[in-house]
Amino acid sequence: MDLLTPELGLFFWTLLAFLAVFFILKKFAWQPILSSLGEREKGIADSIATAERVKNEMSQLKNENEKLLMQAREERTNMLKEAKETRDKIVNEAKDIAKAEANKIITDAQQQIQQQKMAALTEVKNEIGNLAVEVAGRILRKQLNASEGQDAYMKMLAEDIKLN
Amino acid sequence: MFFLKPKPITLHKISKVVMNFKRLLFLLVLGFTVLGGSVCANGQAENNTYNTPPKESSEAAKVEGGKKEEGGKLDIAKVIFGHISDAHEWHLFTLNHPGGEPTHVSMPLPVVIYHSTKGLMIFSSSKIAEGESYEGVHLQKDMMKEHIVSDDGAKLYDFSITKNVLSMLIGVTILLVVLTKASKKYAGIGAMKAPSGMQNFIEMIIMFLRDEVAIPYLGKEYKKYMPLLLTTFFFIWINNLLGLLPGGANFTGNIAVTSCLALISFIVILAKSRKHFWSHLLNPPGVPGAIKPMLVLIEVASLFIKPMALMIRLFANMMAGHIVILALISMIFIFAALNTFVGAGFVPVSLAFTIFIFFLELLVGAIQAFIFTNLTAVFIGQSIEEGHGEHEAHDSHEAHAH
Repeated sequence: MDLLTPELGLFFWTLLAFLAVFFILKKFAWQPILSSLGEREKGIADSIATAERVKNEMSQLKNENEKLLMQAREERTNMLKEAKETRDKIVNEAKDIAKAEANKIITDAQQQIQQQKMAALTEVKNEIGNLAVEVAGRILRKQLNASEGQDAYMKMLAEDIKLN
Repeated sequence: MFFLKPKPITLHKISKVVMNFKRLLFLLVLGFTVLGGSVCANGQAENNTYNTPPKESSEAAKVEGGKKEEGGKLDIAKVIFGHISDAHEWHLFTLNHPGGEPTHVSMPLPVVIYHSTKGLMIFSSSKIAEGESYEGVHLQKDMMKEHIVSDDGAKLYDFSITKNVLSMLIGVTILLVVLTKASKKYAGIGAMKAPSGMQNFIEMIIMFLRDEVAIPYLGKEYKKYMPLLLTTFFFIWINNLLGLLPGGANFTGNIAVTSCLALISFIVILAKSRKHFWSHLLNPPGVPGAIKPMLVLIEVASLFIKPMALMIRLFANMMAGHIVILALISMIFIFAALNTFVGAGFVPVSLAFTIFIFFLELLVGAIQAFIFTNLTAVFIGQSIEEGHGEHEAHDSHEAHAH
């Protein structure tokens, strides 16, 4: 039972030392350490929250960028399509106009050719007519110098009349 | 022995068993981290073993000299109790002179006495070391303890700086130096830097006690009790470890120490208790009228059993560890008393057991410090509990279990 009887002296010193240690450590160790730990934990939590927020922002930005890119692409396609259409239209118009012009020129040319041809033909006809008249005149003059010639001629004229 | 398994504690633990696996793992790690440092201590332990033989062989010589046969047996018990009980001097070793009286080499410690008639007396313990009287007081050595008594039988109060007190002061100094140094490091490198070295180790323990002990049991108010829990843990742990050093004092295996620590816990439990705690204690809800008085009686008893259990558990565990180690070493000399060769042959066996128990005790040192802290937190948690719905069922269940 001797072992189970606490000694006053040891009890006293233990109490004194424990309380002293308690108050000293509380002030110089536990409070600074615990507040530092709390500070660090808060810092880490804040950092994680910030990282999360930045991540969200980044993904949002990325989404927006993608959307913009998509829009730009679409616009580009549209523009290209429109440009192509315009080009085709212009080319076609030009082609049509050119064709019409060409046709017109050809027609004009043909008309002119025809006219000139007709004019030339008329001139040639006239010339030939004149020539024939002159030739006929000359022949007639020569033939009519003789009397039989006059008779044959008259006969011939009469025959013409008869025929008519 | 029924003290060792107090009822309320085991019941609290049952519900927490699953949660405790993580804790046990931590304690294992904690235990093994100190193993590294203990290897050299073990080497010293072996030296210590070889320091003792002269004394023992002198005992053997005495046995041969015609003294009583059981004298050797009695001396082993004396050696063991001499080691585990407090002393007014720090015994280092004993030199044996063939045929002469052995010389005890020890460090004298200051004796502080408040004598009921002579007042305060302070002198060196070497003045009364051999049982002689000094200024009217002398040292009376019993089987298990030694007391300073007045020659004329007058009452005196002994406040001596004994072996245990000195050991505690060394432990406290280590604590103050290491912990304030660690805390200064936070200011030095800033709170946001990763901890390193001793600071890291201390931080691991603090975080563990905060997250696994204080927050689960004390809830939102945990911050207020952290200094007490941390001081309790480190105070017990460092002194447990110092007690394991060869020649170390059995400080935490002393009932005066554990009763002091338990008393502090008890005072905090009572001082911080709330109305809810007392109303449940004195008027347990949902209990039939006839059983109520009995239950109140048991509850009130449990209020006092809790700190008693804290006191006895730490005391018994640490003392038992010291006794086992000493007994295993003493076995060498018990066998050597029979036959020198048997004794020598038993050395490896005894050392193997001793080293095993030593490692176990390193673990137990941390575990007991943790359990004391943990249960203090549990008891404080119960007494500061606020009355609200979900705890009603828990409490009445507990009351039934009691």
